[in-house]
Amino acid sequence: MTATMKQDGINESAAAAKERWDTWRSFKQNRTALVGLCLLAIFLFVAVFAEQVAPRDPRKMSDATFQPPSFEALFGTDDLGRDVFSGVVRGARTSVFIGVTVALLSGMVGVAVGLTAGYAGGFLDDLLMRLTELFLVPPRFFLALVIAALFGSTLFTMIAVLTATYWPTTARLVRAEVLSIRERSFIEAARAMGASPARIVFHDILPNALPLIVTNFTLMIGGVILIEAGLSFIGLGDANHISWGYMLHNGQHFIRDAWWTIFFPTLAVSLLVFALNAVGDALNHALDPKSRIDYLDKPA
Amino acid sequence: MKLRRQLLSRSSGRFFLRRAVQAIFLIFILICLNFLLIHLAPGDPAHVLAGQSGDEKYYEFIRAKFGLDRPLATQLWIYLSSVARGDFGYSLGYQQPVIAVIFERVPPTLLLMLSAVFISSVAGVALGVEAARRANSLTDRAINFFAMLGFSMPSFSVGHLLLIVFALYLGVFPAQNMSTASRELSGLGYGLDVLSHMVLPVTTLAIVYFAQVMRLTRTAMLNVLGENFITTARAKGVGEGRVIYGHALRNALLPVVTVIGSDFGMLIGGAVFIETVFAWPGLGRLMIDSLAMRDYPVLMGLFLLISMSVVIVNFITDLTYAALDPRIKY
Repeated sequence: MTATMKQDGINESAAAAKERWDTWRSFKQNRTALVGLCLLAIFLFVAVFAEQVAPRDPRKMSDATFQPPSFEALFGTDDLGRDVFSGVVRGARTSVFIGVTVALLSGMVGVAVGLTAGYAGGFLDDLLMRLTELFLVPPRFFLALVIAALFGSTLFTMIAVLTATYWPTTARLVRAEVLSIRERSFIEAARAMGASPARIVFHDILPNALPLIVTNFTLMIGGVILIEAGLSFIGLGDANHISWGYMLHNGQHFIRDAWWTIFFPTLAVSLLVFALNAVGDALNHALDPKSRIDYLDKPA
Repeated sequence: MKLRRQLLSRSSGRFFLRRAVQAIFLIFILICLNFLLIHLAPGDPAHVLAGQSGDEKYYEFIRAKFGLDRPLATQLWIYLSSVARGDFGYSLGYQQPVIAVIFERVPPTLLLMLSAVFISSVAGVALGVEAARRANSLTDRAINFFAMLGFSMPSFSVGHLLLIVFALYLGVFPAQNMSTASRELSGLGYGLDVLSHMVLPVTTLAIVYFAQVMRLTRTAMLNVLGENFITTARAKGVGEGRVIYGHALRNALLPVVTVIGSDFGMLIGGAVFIETVFAWPGLGRLMIDSLAMRDYPVLMGLFLLISMSVVIVNFITDLTYAALDPRIKY
């Protein structure tokens, strides 16, 4: 008895390992995604070690205004003589922070709701799904804009609004995935063996839904970063944090004479979001075709 | 003709009714959300309802009008009934009712959005079909790469790029506004002038949104091209062009229609940025201006009307989808 169970366990982990290997093989065939992965590593490094990468204070003004890029100031200086390179580096931290935080928070809420609704079914499912639909009604970007205008825009309010509007998407995806996993025979076997619902959900269903959750997480970070950049671009960002959106907001007036004030922040935000989309896209394709996320959400 | 009959028969059925009731309920929820935001905002709700530029006497008038000293339920009722009457408040900044201020700006935005939807749909479907036909070829990968690039850049950055290249350096197209103010044109001349002003903003919006349509068309085409009826058509000796456009595309287009409809909310969001970059006198520009002037009635009115229009467009998309696919019954 124990021997066969052990045997099963080995087969299962071997199958899981093979599946992971297949995913990786499919992923690494995509050269764009590999480049994306390297870019993500660079951005993460820069965001974490911002002070070491750019020791200069990005807010410090100087008389050297509108200096074109040089060895002195790698990306030039803006209208107040602030160093663009330092701004871009610190902006990476703001963008990565808000993107990851919102994706994590709304991912957790969405996964919890999706798992519960999908596994419990019946009344609870109905209730949770109606609630989810309600949260999907107000257009995300405009809600964030109105709330930033009325309540003042701090990083905290931005994170709260974006989390409140992003979790329903995850919840729906996870629920659909759970509904299909729930019907598979290994779940039935687990149930027959007397596994508790909690064990089935966390031990059997969740690991199988994980690839989808990770893919969605990656794509969500890019979306959040674009919204944050957009809000800062129209002057609704948190003034206490240097962000790429703010630099673009400030630089747009000098587009004719000082291209570097907007070129480098544009490059940074586009590269980061491109990297996230490329990686998310490759993960999406490595997934089971049935559970692919249909199309990406472009918020800003 | 057949399509129309289907639409009518289904429209008159329970499906239409159920969706309509749903849409009305969602609009009710949106109005409640607006009400909630007005009251949760820090400071005096009267300031949000009137805008920041009023005087004490005007605020008193607003307090009386919306019954701000009465219980919340009564206030909600007053608010709901005024919105139902089409009264979205009065803009002190523009010295006009909010609804008039907003409707004046609808045509430019609609012109921008519809042109962009048209171009990005045509280009997206055409390139999506091409990419699917040559799946995994160099063409396919190039199309995918550029779609992803346009998709990853903030819409205002795409706008900046086009602005720098085509307006500032090459000087082929005008950079700002919807028409040349210094020239008094009429008729055809005016139309051409507006058209030349449209090129850059419309291209920007189209670049940003064609990716969705392209990717979805590609996926849908790849699915359909693997089906048996395509093999049958080819075996019968139907020409490749007819197989692709007559047989496959017709079946692949269905999900694309939904995306074009459900993208409406995103498109109008993109319009805000693009109107800012190109000083296009539409709803997005109005939103930014009212933000700067703290003209809250206009801002809240815009939020409410835009979210309502998203609900309505989704409703219409659902109906179209049901009419196009006879299998769908709710």
